[in-house]
Amino acid sequence: MASLVGSRVERKEDKRFLTGKGRYTSDINIANQTYAIFIRSPHARAKIKKIDTSKALKSSGVVEILTGEHIAQDKIGGLIAGWAIRSEDGSEMKCPANPPLAKDSVNFVGDPVAVVFAETLDEARAAAELVKVDYKVLKAVSNLGEAMNSEAIHDGIDKNLCYDWLLGDRQKTKEAFDKADKIIKLDIVNNRLIPNAMEPRACVIDYNTASEEITCYTTSQNPHLSRLIMSAFGGVAPENKLRVVAPDVGGGFGSKINLYNEEIVCSWASKKIERPIKWVAERTESFLTDTHGRDHITHAELAVTNDGKFLGFKNETIANLGAYARVFGTVTPTYLFGPCATGVYIMPAAYSNVKAVYTNTAPVDAYRGAGRPEATYTIERIVDKAAMELGMDPIEIRMKNFPTEFPFKQTLVHQIDSGDYVAGLNKAKEMADYDGFSTRKKESESKGKLRGIGVTSYFEACGIAPSPVVMMLGCGVGLWESAEVRFNPTGQVTVYTGSHSHGQSHQTTFAQIAADELGVPIENIDVVHGDTDKGTFGMGTYGSRSLTVGGIAIVNACKKIVNKGKRIAAKMLEASPDEVDFKNGEFVVAKSNKKKTIGEVAFASYLPGVRDEVKSPLPEGDEPGLIESSFFDPANFSFPAGSHICEVEIDPETGHVKLDKYTAVDDFGTIVNPLIVEGQVHGGLAQGIGQALYENAQYDDSGQLITASYMDYTMPRADDLPDFNLGFTCTKATTNPLGVKGCGEAGTIAATPTVMNAVINALGGKEISLPATAEKVWKACKEMKKTNAEAA
Amino acid sequence: MKTFNYHSAKDVKEASKLASSNSAFLAGGMTTIPSMKLGLASYKDIIDIKRIKKLTGIKVSGKTVTIGATTKHSEVASSKDVKKAIPSLAALAEGIGDPQVRNRGTIGGSIANNDPAADYPSACIALNATIHTNNRSIDAEKFFRGMFETCLKSTEVIETIEFSIPEKSSYQKLPNPASRYAIIGVYVAKHKTGINVGVTGAKSCVYNDKDLAGALTKNFSSSAIDSVKISSSGMNSDIHASSDYRANMVKAFAKKAVDAC
Repeated sequence: MASLVGSRVERKEDKRFLTGKGRYTSDINIANQTYAIFIRSPHARAKIKKIDTSKALKSSGVVEILTGEHIAQDKIGGLIAGWAIRSEDGSEMKCPANPPLAKDSVNFVGDPVAVVFAETLDEARAAAELVKVDYKVLKAVSNLGEAMNSEAIHDGIDKNLCYDWLLGDRQKTKEAFDKADKIIKLDIVNNRLIPNAMEPRACVIDYNTASEEITCYTTSQNPHLSRLIMSAFGGVAPENKLRVVAPDVGGGFGSKINLYNEEIVCSWASKKIERPIKWVAERTESFLTDTHGRDHITHAELAVTNDGKFLGFKNETIANLGAYARVFGTVTPTYLFGPCATGVYIMPAAYSNVKAVYTNTAPVDAYRGAGRPEATYTIERIVDKAAMELGMDPIEIRMKNFPTEFPFKQTLVHQIDSGDYVAGLNKAKEMADYDGFSTRKKESESKGKLRGIGVTSYFEACGIAPSPVVMMLGCGVGLWESAEVRFNPTGQVTVYTGSHSHGQSHQTTFAQIAADELGVPIENIDVVHGDTDKGTFGMGTYGSRSLTVGGIAIVNACKKIVNKGKRIAAKMLEASPDEVDFKNGEFVVAKSNKKKTIGEVAFASYLPGVRDEVKSPLPEGDEPGLIESSFFDPANFSFPAGSHICEVEIDPETGHVKLDKYTAVDDFGTIVNPLIVEGQVHGGLAQGIGQALYENAQYDDSGQLITASYMDYTMPRADDLPDFNLGFTCTKATTNPLGVKGCGEAGTIAATPTVMNAVINALGGKEISLPATAEKVWKACKEMKKTNAEAA
Repeated sequence: MKTFNYHSAKDVKEASKLASSNSAFLAGGMTTIPSMKLGLASYKDIIDIKRIKKLTGIKVSGKTVTIGATTKHSEVASSKDVKKAIPSLAALAEGIGDPQVRNRGTIGGSIANNDPAADYPSACIALNATIHTNNRSIDAEKFFRGMFETCLKSTEVIETIEFSIPEKSSYQKLPNPASRYAIIGVYVAKHKTGINVGVTGAKSCVYNDKDLAGALTKNFSSSAIDSVKISSSGMNSDIHASSDYRANMVKAFAKKAVDAC
């Protein structure tokens, strides 16, 4: 049987997704359900003086209206930060309470203060309009740069500072800078983004009054974690009385890692009102209340020699946490960001210093790439600036500073097990026809256009591990993953995974892996995920961890199955277990050439005895059945890497940037399904390009989100993007048996600096801020024309 | 959405009779329905005029193209007659919104709504359109009054829009990257009787840029536009484009339009 790992197996998911048969949370309806509408703060910062629900309670169809007072009375806990980060001075980070319904104060537009449950959605909406909330409006802190000099939003959190964190060695870095021929400086703003999953958040809650069990169907990337937080911190119900199901989920990109206010409130309320509850976010609510991404202000400095060797690097960043610290909010700008600050290069000395601050804006948390895009953007922009100031080719300066021996001990934290950065960049250079750029530039110029080329080399650290290290760094949980593999008596296999697919295609990829391990046709393998009542506790999907952590747990569980199978087959074939080989789904005894298929062995494992045709006494000490589970905790992160090159053509009359060519060469180690990986790269690139050219979440001075709809928030569209030219190199990961590395975030990480480097190259090195909108580019073109005229 | 009375009018007379200051005519519903769903508008009566056969269709005579009010953008975009007579008008229709909008949205709805960033009003200005209602015929220059404002009375139904076929014409727009409405759109049309430059998106209401038209009358080439000064005063300004940028883009897109004529 040919190996399925490496094959372009068409997705098992396609039939239901492409024919509209997916079953999403909002597709679920429960008899007698009520509809929830949340009343949200229209102010960015205010004290709640009074909430008057009397008129609303009399409105048609209203079942109940609950507020922060009720939450407090029932001692329902709030939302939490999942990572405890310490400041440079050793002090603990400062986090405000974040009750699921605000009682005393609201801290961003969209912060929920009350909820209406009614018989119909229209009735809930009508009643919500009658709830009167009396606010004392306070001056909002909406500007990140000024937040540390503004009034404290939360009591006891001076300067709005959560922590002031350091990674690296200031003294060593200073010494390196003292030796530099040249110091390159760069100030950047990493623009704030809104994840915009296609499916808005939703939850449907079903409380069973007899069993007292709450079932929460929700749009989550990690249902077990949601259950844990809702139970341990929310106090909604004990874990055994709480079932969380995340059925088909239409994209998360990090925004659905968090357990949100609405899930806690509706789960708690369903028990209180003894009715099922349905809540589905409207798109405006998604814009206002889904966790946002990025939003850094960074000053960076790179110390170089005249011949382009890097000596040291400093990264001073202010990161916006928004109003509250959420699950990955505090780790995203620290351990997911800081270590990657020095990029793919040998950097003798470096440090990253991050000040994370609170503002009256939506909470900021992980968004595809989480910390690594911000870090990569900074280093890749400053490396390009260094090349320009030193008069070097951008590829030459990168090659000069690449490590060539692996494992490579990266400056700040990571021990990178494998990679070949030179091969990746060479391949990208060839595929992009880098040498032909000057000809294409001339062609563009003959049409009155400007053309630029941009290069980025990146590495990233994903599949966060191992748990002991992760917990030492402040994580509240371990980041292993679980799997269980069950054979039915008649030979089909069900694989339970603790990972969650919200677009990643686990049903296909994981089935390919199991098919190879067990020699069972892929049609006979089903993958189950997303339900805390099915399978073992799992950690979910984020940070490109599903395959490198969850996938390996499946491999290990399959290996256990094969081991037990060997013992059973040995008994059946009258040999000793070490005489049995397993290959292509068959247990074979070489000396007698007798064999049993894994299906026969599975059947035998459930029929442990001898009767008529059945002759399958189990080996002594073995229990019936063929079910194994595994918890995998990798020895290290996985470190995908690559080089991307793109070309843009700019119309100086309008500032329009046309992305003309895009080449991505990535090293994801072993690729299980190229079709799916290419899709991941395409999607990642689109989001990275979105940050570079289009997307920009903006708050005004009063803290109102002025990009709260698709009329103003610019998403990248298909016609903005060229055909992507994809290539792969492969150095296998040494930290897992498949040699796989994460692929989900790479495109997003690399694309933003690649595009901006090309835009700035076209503008003759003139810096512009993210995103490179037409007006900004037009202005830069005008100034460039003026400078050129003056020079002439 | 607030509740309302739905009527399907069988003819223009009935539609007009049902109308009041608290009603809206429904054609494609591309603005009316979202406004109602978002709670930005509410009406006592919604009068559906889609079933009135007389209001739809395209007729081309020697000098004019006449389009029924409820004719969809996709029908104008794909009409062989329009493509032959005024190709720039078919191209404009092809560039409105997205396929879903083009398959429902209507020309009458677009001009009656008079969104300052809509495409069709610039065509009406550039192509000397006459808007025929159940009561009267109105010149385009008099029809568009201000932001979302026309000279239509609440009981007045647009029946057809009659465009003059120009010698040459082109519509060029800079789409808003998020909404794809026009940040600015410039419709240049050269008629035997004179030149019009319909500009949309730039100000609170579509207008005929007399300075650009004047310069082009003297010399119909994009270089003639270089010397025209366009003030940013009165231009729209938002997060996507400042008034200064808009003023400059009116010029840049006028040049593109002339070059494309």
